[in-house]
Amino acid sequence: MADSGVTEGPDKKDEIDRAKSEGKELTKEEKQRLRKEKKQQKKNKEKKDDKASQESEKEKKPLGFPPPASQPPPQSTTQKAPSAVPAPAPVSVPASEAPVPADKPAKSKAELKAERRARQEAERASKQGKKGETGQQAATSKQKAPPNELQPVVKRLPEHIQVDNPDVLKKLAKKLERQQTPGQVADKQIPLRMDYGYKVSLFSHLHQYSRKAPLTQQVSIPSTVIHPAVVRLGLQYSQGIVTGSNARSVALLHAFKQVIRDYTTPPNEELSRDLVNKLKPYISFLNQCRPLSASMGNAIKYIKKEISNIPSQCKEEEAKSKLLNCIECYINEKIILAAKAIAKSAIEKISDGDVILIYGCSSLVNHILCEAFEKSRKFRVIVVDSRPRLEGREALRRLVQKGISCTYVLISAVSYVLPEVSKVFLGAHALLANGYVMSRVGTSQIALVAKAFNVPVLVCCETYKFCERVQTDSFVSNELDDPDDLIVTRKGKTHLKDWQEVPSLGLLNLVYDVTPPDFVDLVITDLGLGMIPCTSVPVVLRVKNVDQ
Amino acid sequence: MPGPYKETDLTERVEAFLSDLKRGGSGTGPLRGSAETARETTALLRRITAQARWSSAGDLMEIIRKEGRRMIAAQPSETTVGNMVRRVLKIIREEYARSRGSSEEADQQESLHKLLTSGGLSEENFRQHFVALKANVIEVINELLTELEGTTDNISMQALEHIHSNEVIMTIGRSRTVEAFLKDAARKRKFHVIVAECAPFCQGHEMATSLSKDGIETTVITDAAIFAVMSRVNKVIIGTQTVLANGGLRAVNGTHTLALAAKHHSTPLIVCAPMFKLSPQFPNEEDTFHKFVSPHEVLPFTEGEILSKVNAHCPVFDYVPPELITLFISNIGGHAPSYIYRLMSELYHPEDHEL
Repeated sequence: MADSGVTEGPDKKDEIDRAKSEGKELTKEEKQRLRKEKKQQKKNKEKKDDKASQESEKEKKPLGFPPPASQPPPQSTTQKAPSAVPAPAPVSVPASEAPVPADKPAKSKAELKAERRARQEAERASKQGKKGETGQQAATSKQKAPPNELQPVVKRLPEHIQVDNPDVLKKLAKKLERQQTPGQVADKQIPLRMDYGYKVSLFSHLHQYSRKAPLTQQVSIPSTVIHPAVVRLGLQYSQGIVTGSNARSVALLHAFKQVIRDYTTPPNEELSRDLVNKLKPYISFLNQCRPLSASMGNAIKYIKKEISNIPSQCKEEEAKSKLLNCIECYINEKIILAAKAIAKSAIEKISDGDVILIYGCSSLVNHILCEAFEKSRKFRVIVVDSRPRLEGREALRRLVQKGISCTYVLISAVSYVLPEVSKVFLGAHALLANGYVMSRVGTSQIALVAKAFNVPVLVCCETYKFCERVQTDSFVSNELDDPDDLIVTRKGKTHLKDWQEVPSLGLLNLVYDVTPPDFVDLVITDLGLGMIPCTSVPVVLRVKNVDQ
Repeated sequence: MPGPYKETDLTERVEAFLSDLKRGGSGTGPLRGSAETARETTALLRRITAQARWSSAGDLMEIIRKEGRRMIAAQPSETTVGNMVRRVLKIIREEYARSRGSSEEADQQESLHKLLTSGGLSEENFRQHFVALKANVIEVINELLTELEGTTDNISMQALEHIHSNEVIMTIGRSRTVEAFLKDAARKRKFHVIVAECAPFCQGHEMATSLSKDGIETTVITDAAIFAVMSRVNKVIIGTQTVLANGGLRAVNGTHTLALAAKHHSTPLIVCAPMFKLSPQFPNEEDTFHKFVSPHEVLPFTEGEILSKVNAHCPVFDYVPPELITLFISNIGGHAPSYIYRLMSELYHPEDHEL
C-alpha cells in the first residue's frame, strides 16, 4: 500500500523499513526505540498498581498504540509476530492484537506518525502507570473513545481460544503468578489447569478439562489469595453443580457480595482501585475453573465500573453498602424483573390448545411456561433432551410439579414429534452482534428441523446477555466439556471405556453452538423492547451503550 | 416314506424362525443384521420349495404366500423378510413362464398397450405341471443366495470411487454395510470419520471403536452436535433399514435431522443399501410406519416420581424423503433416488406387492 513514493526524509526511514519488511519482523531500530519509550513510561508511573478501570481480560480497547508491524500485516502474521519477537513482551502483545484497524491503510505515513507521537505524549503525561510487562496499554484505554465514533476496535483475543499458541499459555501462567498482592509467598496460588485427553484436531485451540481433576486440588488450603466463597463457586462451576447462564451470573454476584462484605481497605490504598485489583485473581481463578459466560462477563464489567466510580472521599462502610446495593439492583433489574417482563410479552404468544416444544433447561423458558399455566392457558409441552447432560429432565421435573402435561423425547426423535408442535420456545446463552444465537449445543438443530416443518421458533433472552462478539460457526469460540461424559454402559457393555488407548479415537463433547438468524422467527426480550427480530441486537447494544 | 417326517421338520424350522423374528425385533434379544435375516429367509423358502407338497406353480406360490404372511406378521418392521418372499415369488413366476416357453420380455413389460389389449398374465393361473420346475426354482434360489452373500463386498468395492483423501465423512449409528465400505476405502486413502452416537441405543460407539481399530481417525459426537459440526463435513454416508418405493428411507432415528443438516450445507448424502432392502411399501401409512420400543431407554425408571405424569416416546425409525438423498450405492452400482421405482419393477412383480 502506501509505501511507494514516500520521501519524507531520514527520520521516516523506520517506517519505510517497516513497510518494506511487510510486518514479518520488527527492525532493530524499531525495537530499540520502543524499548526506550517503555523505560521512560515506567519511570513516570506512580508506585500504585494498575488502576485501569475498564479492564477485564475480554474487553475490547481502542488501540492507541499502533502495532509496530507495518500497516496491513496479514492476519496470519499476528500469530507469528509474538514468536518472532522474543524479549520485548510489550512489543509482542500489541503485535498479537488482531485485527489491524481497518482504516489504518487509508491514512498516509505522515499522519500516522503524527498520531502516534501525539498518543505517546498523552501516555507519558497520563497519571495511569503501566504495569511491568503486559501490553495492557492501560494508559491508552483511558482515552475512553466512546463507541459512537467509528474507532478502530482492536480486540485482544481471549486466551481461552488460543490454547494452541504456546506463547499465550506462557503469558497466562505468568499473569496468574503475578496476580498475587506483593509480599505474598510466591508459590502458585492460582494454578494453571491442565488439559485432559486427546483433543479433536478441529478444536485443538480450545481447552478440554476433566471433571475429575478440579482446580481446587492444586490450590493450597487455606488459600490466602482467593476468598473461600470464590473457591467454592469455582468448584461448583467446574463440577457442573451450578449451570445455566442466569444461575452462574447470580451465583457470581452473590460471591462477589460476600467478597465485598469481607473486604477491608489496606492503609494507603483507595477502595476504588484496590478492590478491582483484588477481584482480578478471583476472576482468573473462575476462568480456569470454567470459561466465563457472556452474561458473567457483562456482570463483571458492571461491577468494575461501579467500583471505580466510587468517589475517593467516600467512607469505607458507605462505599461497601453502596456497592452491595448496586449488585442487588443489578440482579433485580436484569434478571428477575426482566424475566417478569419477558414472561408478560411471551404469554401473549401462547394460545389455548398450543403444543409447545422446549429444549434442555432454560430458567427463563420454564418461568414463562409456569406463568402462562398460572394464567390458565391450556397448552401442553414437549421437552426435548440430549445426552450427555440430560438437562431436560430438570425442566421436566419443574413443569410436572406445576401440573403441566408434558411429553419427553430425545433429540433424535425430534422429526417424529414436530408435526404436532405449534411453537418452539428456546432459551439463549448469549445473543451475538451479527444476529446469531449462541445457546446449548442442539439448539440450532432444533431450529433447523422446526424450520423444515414450518414451525415458528421464538428465542427468549434478557438484554444483559447481549454480547458484542460476532461468530459464524461453532468452532472458533466454544467450550469443550469433559469427553468422558460420552461413555455409557448399555447391557453391561461399555464400548468406549478404553478410548484413551486407541490413538485414532476422539470424543467430542461440545457445550455451545450458534444458530443462524434465518432459523429464528422472533426474539422476546425485556427493557421495554418486547419482540424484536434477531438482527436488531447491534441496535440494542448501541442504544444501551449510549445510555450508559 | 420320509414325507410326514420331513413335514414336521419343516414346520419346526418355520416355527423356530418365526419365534426368532419375534424376539429379535424388540431390541433385547441378540441383534441380527438384515443380511442375516435375508439369508435365513431365503434358505427357509428354499427348504419349503424342496420339502413341501405341491404339484403346480400356483400351489407353490400359495404356500409361499401363506408362510410369507406369517413371517411378516411376526415382525412387521423387518421388511427384508417380505422382500425375500416377493423375490422368490417372482422367481417362480419367471421359471414358470420360461418352462411354458413364452418369451420373458413380453411377460415382464407392463406396457400400457398390453394392459389394454389383453389380460396378459392375469389369465394365467399357474396350473400347469412341469417336472423340471422344482429343480429350476431351487437353482435360481441358490443363485439368489450367492448374490446375497456377496452384497457387502460388492458395495465396498465401490468405496474408492466415492471417497477422496483427507475427507471428513459423517455417519450415524451402526451399519455393517457402511463399516465395510469405510474400511475398504481406508486401505488406500486417509480420511476422517465423525460418528454420531445415535441415542438412546448408542450404537455409534461400537461403530467408532471398530473403525478406529482399523486405524481410521474417528470422532464420536453426540446427536445434538450434528448441525454444529456439519459445516466441516464433506460427505454424509449412512446405512438404512429399508429403502421405500418412492426412494425415501426408513432409517434409524436421527437420520432425518442429519439429512436436513446435510441439505442445509449442501453436503451430499450417500446411502449404502443392498438390493434386498428395497421394499415396495410407501410411507403413507402413518400408524404402521413407526415402531416404538420401551420408553425406559429414554426416561429410566429411576426417575420414578415424574414417570407416571409424563409421556415418553422412543421411536426407532425416521422417514427421510427422497429429496434429501443424493445417491444410493447398492450391490449393482450407484443410482439416483428417482431410479428406485424402476429397480423395483425388475425385482418384484406388481401383483406381489400386497401379499
